[in-house]
Amino acid sequence: MKKSDAKSLRAFAIELAIYAVLVTAYFFLVLHLLGDWLYRLETQHRVLYAVVALLLIAGQAVVLDAITTLLFRILRRRWR
Amino acid sequence: MFFPISHSYINPLYLVVVGFLIGILGGFFGVGGSFIAGPALRLLGIDWNYAVGTDLAHIVGKSIVAARHHRTLGNVDLKLGLIMAIGTIGGAEGGAQAIQALKRAGNVNTVVSWVAIVVYFSISIFMLWESQKTLRSHKGRSQNAAEPKADHSAFGPVTKRIQRIRIWPMVSLPTSGIQEISLWIILVVAVVGGFFSGFLGGGAGYIRMPSMVYVLGIPTHLAVGTDLFEIVISASYGTFTHAIKGNVDILIALVMHTGAVIGAQIGVVATQYFAGPKIRLAFVPLPLIGVAIVLYTLLTGHKL
Repeated sequence: MKKSDAKSLRAFAIELAIYAVLVTAYFFLVLHLLGDWLYRLETQHRVLYAVVALLLIAGQAVVLDAITTLLFRILRRRWR
Repeated sequence: MFFPISHSYINPLYLVVVGFLIGILGGFFGVGGSFIAGPALRLLGIDWNYAVGTDLAHIVGKSIVAARHHRTLGNVDLKLGLIMAIGTIGGAEGGAQAIQALKRAGNVNTVVSWVAIVVYFSISIFMLWESQKTLRSHKGRSQNAAEPKADHSAFGPVTKRIQRIRIWPMVSLPTSGIQEISLWIILVVAVVGGFFSGFLGGGAGYIRMPSMVYVLGIPTHLAVGTDLFEIVISASYGTFTHAIKGNVDILIALVMHTGAVIGAQIGVVATQYFAGPKIRLAFVPLPLIGVAIVLYTLLTGHKL
């Protein structure tokens, strides 16, 4: 394995570990807080629920992608 | 963990791992991975209508990430993607209506399971035949390694014949290297893909990606990126319409997506190291995994 590949792999492993901690915190905080509210919305206001569902998944995508990209950039710079 | 919307208890780690695997597939093959995600959710005892709708929601998030990365690599034909999105939305609504009709008839699980088996199996067999034939016929040339991302297809002559069909209006797709093709052919491909997206869940990339390569003649790398871009639009619509019909558990989708984000990054980077026919050959076993899972749940009725 090339030296640069090994560095990338190590950076990725660390990124994965940090990411796992963040995601676990996310489960317990956000999903527990949102669960009941989303359930009520789904049973009482379907159209609003559909809009909120789309916004949540799109928002999560953008935020998590930004976090992982940032983490990867910081870690790669550190090991360069 | 209890998911109140679908009234189900699911280990979130299972969802994250499924999301991660699907993320890799999505980034690498340009498919939503519903041939794995749908059966994987079904395996947990979730009804097909929830599996289909929830999978679509998760795919929206994952495709946003993967399409963004593909765009930076120059793998997205925006014009083609926007045209296809129109046809896909129409087809997806048809698929969602078919699911509703089956739900009312009370046999949604059996019918969707058998349709899924036939579709996934057919795609695998066709892509196995085509990619092997292409790799064999171009063995000498591709081993020169002069073109690491070279793209050929054994289905090429049929594709050329399709491109020569002149039904007005004709459109040109310079980004994909296509001088002229009938708008209707693009729309037919999109509507068929959209129908399966609404009916079997996901972005139906397992149908659209091969269709873009074999029917429209789009280079594989561009088909992957454009498909993902188009999935963002069509799966958003699919999520919306399924959510209104009570088929989406967004909490499950959010958890699955956390794993998919990392997987998608790995998949996108990996496409840079493989030629088109090799990507298509590697795609072959994936729908077969979906077939195996659906057959297992259908024949045994077993839920994890």
